[in-house]
Amino acid sequence: MSQSFDEITTQLKRRHRKSARLKWLSMASLGVALLFLIVFFADMLNKGLPAFQQAMVQVEVNYNEDAETMGRAALEPDIAPLVSRSFERLIPGMIRDNPDLLGTTETRWVLTNSDVDQYLKGHRNELSEDERAAIDERVENEQVEMKFNTTFFTHGDSKMAERAGIMAAAVGTIMTMLVTLAVAFPIGVMTAIYLEEFAPDNRFTQAIEININNLAAIPSILFGLLGLAVFINFFGVPRSSPMVGGLTLALMTLPVIIISTRAALRSVPDSIRQGAFAVGCSRWQVVRDHVLPLALPGIMTGSIIGLAQAMGETAPLIIVGMVAFIPDVSASFTQAATVLPAQVFTWAGEPERAFVEKTAGGILVLLAVLIFMNATAVLLRKKFERRW
Amino acid sequence: MQTNQIFLLFCGILLLLGLVAFFLGRAKAARVRGAGISMYAQPDQYAWFTVLATAGPALVVSGVGAFLMLLLGAQIPTTYLLVGSLAIAAGGLAIGVLQIRPDFHARQAIERVIRLLLAGAALISIFTTFGILFSIIFEAIRFFQKESLWEFITGTTWSPGASFLEAAGRAEEGGSGGQFGSIPLFAGTLMITCIAMLVAIPIGLMSSIYMSEFAPHSVRNIAKPMLEILAGIPTVVYGFFAAITVAPVIVDVAGMLGLDAAYNNAVAPGIVMGIMIIPFISSLSDDVINSVPDSMRQGALALGMTNGETIKYVVLPAALPGIISASLLAVSRALGETMIVVMAAGMRPNLTANPLEDMTTVTVSIVAALTGDQEFESSATLSAFALGLALFVVTLTLNIVSVVMIRRFREKYRINDL
Repeated sequence: MSQSFDEITTQLKRRHRKSARLKWLSMASLGVALLFLIVFFADMLNKGLPAFQQAMVQVEVNYNEDAETMGRAALEPDIAPLVSRSFERLIPGMIRDNPDLLGTTETRWVLTNSDVDQYLKGHRNELSEDERAAIDERVENEQVEMKFNTTFFTHGDSKMAERAGIMAAAVGTIMTMLVTLAVAFPIGVMTAIYLEEFAPDNRFTQAIEININNLAAIPSILFGLLGLAVFINFFGVPRSSPMVGGLTLALMTLPVIIISTRAALRSVPDSIRQGAFAVGCSRWQVVRDHVLPLALPGIMTGSIIGLAQAMGETAPLIIVGMVAFIPDVSASFTQAATVLPAQVFTWAGEPERAFVEKTAGGILVLLAVLIFMNATAVLLRKKFERRW
Repeated sequence: MQTNQIFLLFCGILLLLGLVAFFLGRAKAARVRGAGISMYAQPDQYAWFTVLATAGPALVVSGVGAFLMLLLGAQIPTTYLLVGSLAIAAGGLAIGVLQIRPDFHARQAIERVIRLLLAGAALISIFTTFGILFSIIFEAIRFFQKESLWEFITGTTWSPGASFLEAAGRAEEGGSGGQFGSIPLFAGTLMITCIAMLVAIPIGLMSSIYMSEFAPHSVRNIAKPMLEILAGIPTVVYGFFAAITVAPVIVDVAGMLGLDAAYNNAVAPGIVMGIMIIPFISSLSDDVINSVPDSMRQGALALGMTNGETIKYVVLPAALPGIISASLLAVSRALGETMIVVMAAGMRPNLTANPLEDMTTVTVSIVAALTGDQEFESSATLSAFALGLALFVVTLTLNIVSVVMIRRFREKYRINDL
């Protein structure tokens, strides 16, 4: 029983429609994935950008004798509840350090507390009607203004939202990354050189290779358990320190660096090695003088990407105790410190509305750093990549 | 800090000795060669050999000494160690200089040392794996000495709370001890992983089909790196996004449908985890689909199949082992993911099939067990290692299965790919 041409044509049309449907469906799912990305960034910018603005109030500070013991006495009673308590606490110390201040008055811009800040940004706050009216009046007199939030970049953590900043976490991140880089980079590159250029193809080498691939897929939290059991409990590295955090992350970054370095070494053509061997170079001389310089851009790219990955990692650092409350910047490898993602985690747990903003602000800084690093890696690869 | 001073002194003197070794060695080699005798290596190579002979043994001895002192508690006065290793350095220097003879292969000696160093570095990755394995197994055994393994595997109540009283020797006061039945935790993990996979596998796979089969190059070149951005976002950021933005939306939507959802429901972390895994699946399946040989597509098209049919009946079945292996890797990532669930999922072990309820996962329990102020010896803390062991075994199995599958896939098409 044969079909008429009409039937076959409709059948063909149906088949082509199906094919087109698959195309649109697959295009739509890519669109959905990219839409997620856009929604995510829009949401973070929307929540985080206000964190870079902070309400400031112009007050008259009257350094009287009462203020020597209780800072609040230096401020006029109507404005005092609006000023950040962190400033009030500073006043006695200022008088102690500089006794000449006593008896003088000074007009200066100081931080408001976070409720005023949130009120001006249109968020939920706990101000009374009178206080709101007082602020509105001062806004009109230009005695209350939104200014760029320098505190956020120059201070450590604080329980007062208006005073909390990312400086301590940023320094902690830098210290931790220094340890990670100092450990993971040489060991990773050396391992890759051994496996690519020196190792005979035997069971031992294969075991190392399989092992490295597995290591790359182990959940990061297990590296935290390793750090806790081996570095802290066995070797006695101080808990919460950039040292233990950096070592833990180094072990995690190691496979990334090894795999990318091997790829970079493999992309150097054999003719270069053969040429060097032909003029009598030893293996190490070939690697040092010819292969490594050519593979260096690839190695750098891989290392930067690995480092960026380590920089965003939080789970193993929680296990080794790097989610500490760190109000002061300390540049020591053995003292308690925190890192940017851990700071974000800590703030995310604070119940106040003002901290949501801080969290998103910290996230924006973290994302900016990570995107910068990845962009550098990509540019490095584009600029120096050679195709043979 | 006396140890610091001794360390600095050691480094300084060793550096000095190294410099002396370098210049002495080079001078001697240059002298020999200057006398017209042909040598096996260059003066610089003799010089470096002398440096290695000086520093190597001294570093090894001081390293072993420090290891013995710090870890095994051996009582070696630091000054003895310092003087001893420096003496060895001086001895090494003398031997190194003596070795500078025309018939000595300095370059090969250096080569051997470097080879050894590189192999040593390669061993560290093996040590790391065994370090993870042994540290977890060791502590997990201690946990199972206190609590029953059977209860851990089959129990349905996870409440480690009261066990610290037991550890403090006050078991009577807290009533019953802790209960460690891990089924609710694994059920929660499985639930969130399933939701994540429901999001990630269709979207990731379809995106990769679009990018490798339909998209023009320009779209592909833009879309691919943009998807990779999703993979580069730190998990703590995803956690915040899930908890602050996605969870309220889920609650609202459920409310509209007349359902009651908890704010730390399982759907929000599941969806966000799925988004995180999309680029992982899409880039892996992209590789796999691209490595299906074009001859197969051409053959299918030549038989009159439409593009869609070619993909559905030829490309995808051929790529299936690779896609499954990518999905298994993605599952293993989702199982071990920590920050998203710590921030957005619940803390209450809850054995339920309703994803709108709050439930907790293995990783959340590990974090919860290790962040309190509890004594390390208590069962509550050690339970983290037992859970870690289970997680390790599961993820390792998934990884190995997926590696084997992808290797089979590649071998199958290496022959066809002419």
